[in-house]
Amino acid sequence: MSAPARPDSPARLEALIGALKTKGILTEEELTARQAQTDRASSEIGARMVARAWLDPEWRRLLLSDGSAAAEAMGVSMAGAPPLGVLEDTPQRHHLVVCTLCSCYPRAVLGYPPHWYKSFAYRARAVRDPRGVLAEWGTALPEGMEIRVVDSTADYRWMVLPLRPPGTEGWAEDRLTSIVTRDALVGVALPQVPSPTMAA
Amino acid sequence: MMPAEGTSAAASDPPSQPAPVVPRFPPGTRVQVRDDWPERRGPCHIRTPHYLRGRTGTVQRLLGCFANPEVLAFGRPAPRHELYHVLFEQNPIWNEGHPGDEVLVEIFEHWLEPAEATKEAV
Repeated sequence: MSAPARPDSPARLEALIGALKTKGILTEEELTARQAQTDRASSEIGARMVARAWLDPEWRRLLLSDGSAAAEAMGVSMAGAPPLGVLEDTPQRHHLVVCTLCSCYPRAVLGYPPHWYKSFAYRARAVRDPRGVLAEWGTALPEGMEIRVVDSTADYRWMVLPLRPPGTEGWAEDRLTSIVTRDALVGVALPQVPSPTMAA
Repeated sequence: MMPAEGTSAAASDPPSQPAPVVPRFPPGTRVQVRDDWPERRGPCHIRTPHYLRGRTGTVQRLLGCFANPEVLAFGRPAPRHELYHVLFEQNPIWNEGHPGDEVLVEIFEHWLEPAEATKEAV
């Protein structure tokens, strides 16, 4: 987990930004654009990419063959971002994403990683005991399903395309998007159809 | 203290370039991760997890060519290297786990050697 900001941190950040500007490495406009892009990024983008893949086979092919191009097609600027790879769950195989070395995460389409994703506990255990980790999340995989842990060690960022759950037949894109959570997009959870009593 | 996320090339650098037509390790090749520990020799930055050193896996595909993070981390001009997606059985790594479970990891070519049949049998 990251340490709390020290009192001198803001001053140090200002000095760094000033130096980068003076040396012509960074402009105010670039900084503002990147901040806006970072603020816009949220897991709803990834969720919509998944919902669309459940509805449109052609989009699904694009998503699986070139995640970055799919993100661009969603209006996400991938310039300077690491390439996005998308991992397709099947009835036989579930994907779980971790970065054991640091905290690589598909920020462009999921936003900031949650704190647990960066914790030593998750990073150490997901790769060694993925079934134990999933059980603690309350995620039960169907009998016979194998797990493929994807350790995000280098230059790609990985997102999961989960299975479309039964009970969602006939749903439109917005409704499908609403059940794809951030946690499902890295594989610690599965998309859940709300029970009828819960649906208001 | 958390390490910074990734060590990709600078923002102005394209993240990858077209892969060579014939990769040294085509999909399906059995490869062994070098059993090397540069961290014992001095300061270094390595993107090959310790739990895979010396382990044998199967190349799934070439992901592209990327600036070598081991050089990039020290602010030096970093040549691009082939980066592969390599699949390992999970169970033999930890001597525990569910048969059939796997781990899929990005590994640079200079960390890979062709797997020897004798080593595979061990």
